[in-house]
Amino acid sequence: MTPKLADIWVYLAATPLLGLTVTLLVYQGAYWIYQRLNFHPLLNPVALSVAALVLILMLTGTPYQTYFDGAQFVHFLLGPATVALAIPLYAQFDKLKRAFVPLLGALLIGSVTAIISAVGIAWLLGASKTTLISISPKSVTAPIAMGIVEKIGGLPSLTAVLVVSTGILGAALAKYVLDFLQITDHSVRGFSVGVAAHGIGTARAFQVSEEAGAFSGLAMGLNGLATALLFPLLVWLLRVF
Amino acid sequence: MLGALTVLLVFQLVGEAVAHGLDLPVPGPVIGFALLFLALLARSGVPDDLRDTATGLLRHLSLLFVPAGVGVMVHLSRLREEWLPISVALLVSTVLTIACTALAMRWLIRVFSKKTAP
Repeated sequence: MTPKLADIWVYLAATPLLGLTVTLLVYQGAYWIYQRLNFHPLLNPVALSVAALVLILMLTGTPYQTYFDGAQFVHFLLGPATVALAIPLYAQFDKLKRAFVPLLGALLIGSVTAIISAVGIAWLLGASKTTLISISPKSVTAPIAMGIVEKIGGLPSLTAVLVVSTGILGAALAKYVLDFLQITDHSVRGFSVGVAAHGIGTARAFQVSEEAGAFSGLAMGLNGLATALLFPLLVWLLRVF
Repeated sequence: MLGALTVLLVFQLVGEAVAHGLDLPVPGPVIGFALLFLALLARSGVPDDLRDTATGLLRHLSLLFVPAGVGVMVHLSRLREEWLPISVALLVSTVLTIACTALAMRWLIRVFSKKTAP
C-alpha cells in the first residue's frame, strides 16, 4: 500500500461505517449464494457470513471490538425483530388456540431436553465448568441466553457464539431430522425448530413457509420465557443435590 | 414504516422497563413481544404498515445474528482446547431437541384431537 492508501485505511478502519457496510455486503453475498443454490439448508447464510467476516478481520488484523463498533447497529435490531415476531404469531392465533396444550407440553419437553442433553454430553466429554455453564442455554435466543449466563457465572460472549452455532446447526439439520421422523405438519416442524434453534431456525422456517415461521417464532419466544423461568429452578436443584 | 418501527421500539422500551422494574429474569424484547401480541388481540387486527415493516425486518432475521457470530474469533483458543465436547454437545443436543419436541407435539396433538372429537 502507498502511504496515502494506508492513511485512508487507518481512517476507515476506525469508523463504525466500515464494520456495518462490510457486514451488509458479506451477508448479501452469502444470501445470494444461498438463493442461487435453492436455499440448500447446509449453506446457511449466517454460517457463510460469519466464516467470511472472521477471515476478513483476521487477514486485516482488525480486532473484534473495532468491527463490533460498526456491526452493533445490525445487532441492535435483534430487539425490535423479537418484538415483531408477535405479528406472524397473531396471524396463526386460531391454530395456536386449538393446539394450546400440545404446544405447552412439547415446549416443556424440548426446553428440558435442550439444557440437560447439552450440559450432560459436554460434561461426559470433559468440558470445563465455564464451558458447561455457557453452553447450558444454547437453544435460547441470544439476548436471553446471555442474560442467564451472566447471572450464573459463565461467559456471555462465549454463549453468544454457542447460541449462534446451535442456530446454524438446527437450521441446517432440521429438514433431515424431521423428514426422517416423517413429521409433515408445518406447525410441528416450525415449532420444534424454534425450540431447538431460536431465531436462526425461525429465519430458516420463514423461508420454508409462513406457518412454519410463525410457529417457530412462537417456540423461540416461549422457550426464551420457559428457560428464563426454569433456570433458577435447575440451579437451585443442583445446589440441593 | 417510521410509525411501525416506532411502535416496535415503544413495545421494546416498555418491555425493558417492566423487566427491570419488576426484576424479571426475562429480557425486555421478549416481554415487548408478549405485550404486542396482547395488544393485537385486544385490537383484533394488524395495521398494514406494521405488518409490512415486521415482514421486512423478519425476512432477514438471520442477518441480525451475524455480528454476535463473528465473536467466535475471540474464543478460538478455548474452542480449540474443547472442540470435542463442544461440537458433540451442540450437534447431538440440537438434533435430540428437534426430535423430542416434534415427537412430543405430534403425539399430544393426536391425543387431544381424539379427546375433543365427537
